[in-house]
Amino acid sequence: MAARIPLVLLACGSFNPITNQHMRLFELARDHLQRTGRYKVLSGIVSPVSDGYGKQGLVLAKHRITMAKLALQSSDWVTVDEWESQQPDWTETVVTMRYHYGRILKQYQQIASTDIDKNLNSLAVSSLPPRLKLLCGADFLETFKMPGLWLDGDVDEVVGRFGLVCVSRGGLEPERAVHESDVLSRHHGNIFLVREWVRNETSATEIRRALRRGLSIKYLLPDSVIKYIKQHNLYTEDSERVNNDKVLRPLTKQAETPVKTLDD
Amino acid sequence: METRERTKVVLLACGSFNPITNMHLRMFELARDYLEDTGQYRVVKGLISPVGDGYKKKGLIEACHRLEMAKIATYSSDWIVVDPWESQQPEWVETAKVVRHHYEELVATEQNDDEVDTVKYLKKRRIEALTFESTSSHNARRDSHQLKLLCGADVLESFGVPNLWKQEDIAEIVSRYGVVCITRSGNDAHKFIHQSDMLWQHRKNIHVVREWVSNDISATLVRRALRRGQSIKYLLPDPVVCYIQGHNLYSAESEQKNADVILAPLQRYSGASSS
Repeated sequence: MAARIPLVLLACGSFNPITNQHMRLFELARDHLQRTGRYKVLSGIVSPVSDGYGKQGLVLAKHRITMAKLALQSSDWVTVDEWESQQPDWTETVVTMRYHYGRILKQYQQIASTDIDKNLNSLAVSSLPPRLKLLCGADFLETFKMPGLWLDGDVDEVVGRFGLVCVSRGGLEPERAVHESDVLSRHHGNIFLVREWVRNETSATEIRRALRRGLSIKYLLPDSVIKYIKQHNLYTEDSERVNNDKVLRPLTKQAETPVKTLDD
Repeated sequence: METRERTKVVLLACGSFNPITNMHLRMFELARDYLEDTGQYRVVKGLISPVGDGYKKKGLIEACHRLEMAKIATYSSDWIVVDPWESQQPEWVETAKVVRHHYEELVATEQNDDEVDTVKYLKKRRIEALTFESTSSHNARRDSHQLKLLCGADVLESFGVPNLWKQEDIAEIVSRYGVVCITRSGNDAHKFIHQSDMLWQHRKNIHVVREWVSNDISATLVRRALRRGQSIKYLLPDPVVCYIQGHNLYSAESEQKNADVILAPLQRYSGASSS
């Protein structure tokens, strides 16, 4: 029987704020992948985008990071990573993926090269090197269509070299998004589509809207995050206007210089 | 500053809560936001009343567990509590009786309330008790608490299922107390009310709350996920997930409970035997 391929799932996004729905993505993806019998999911990483992203309504990274940490306190396999949020400029998803993949591979190589204490780390359970996959919702697939948001080479690398795990929800049909995109179709074997049976349209946008209107958000995200939001009075009409006049950073950055290639 | 004082409301949700999920809890939050937004109400309490084992629904696990899970789920709430009365009754209790019971409890508590001018209040209550039949709840009790049944559209539409409800019970609930119905499909709910003369007559007492953002975490789905060894984390509060895992509730076996038995209301109203 073939050994399971170890996987790490990476979710990039605003997490503005993190919600139960974001965390469900990880749970659903792990269940799905492990049920194929071919994979073992080792860990999950939440990587909030940096303030440089320039998206409307984006609150400071330090808040989004803290909220994600609070939310994931009860998880034994998903953690928050600050690297992307600490970079001076917005970082392309492919660059973030390369960073994390390099880190994971190095960890694996360090453990594989030592004979001592093999049983202490799950990475050593399988003799195979771990792989990194991008975890996302179906709405994320739609972004590949938006002009100027992604560089073709990047999409090829994210989907072809690494792979996508896409959790569908609501009315969006991820199969259609794949079908309608040549680059996605090319790598369809590397795109895992996970169906979320529970129709849950809770989104960070809805939560921010509810907060502006003084409506309850209880049970949509962990109590600890709600408390933090209230303490810091995040998400008001003012906060929603942040970056109102700015262009999303990827659109300007990718028009300027080409992204560094794999060789770096 | 309000010219007229708001009517105090207690929301009562009856159901299997098998198990309780974030969706059930959201219903309370949405209902409270809606009622308070009208400017007419102040929601002071939420009551969760899990059904008794006598209901005989397929897959219904013991009331003691369902009660405990609901209690754990509401620890962090400062206004929603769980009431065991219904689940403690030996036989299944009609929802109208549960509503009546809780309303009577509420009235009894009001009478002990220090804020109220006792003499004037008791006199008013005696008058009201005598005129119960003739006045609609809308006008009768403006300065005392109202109890409203909180439910999803499925319950509202279940009013139409033969032998599930007694017509006089539905009449009592909508006329004397009131219903707050949380639904994604507001049009369907309004249509259902429109198509029933009795519901239409008391439409002012049936609040249809549109849930713009669907949050469809059904207990059925949660039980299915558990049978298949899939994660239910973030669909219900963490401590409830722990409880379920700790007690190993919800298996293929537990789902077969009452499979060969008829639902209590159907049995009672149609006189059908259970064999």
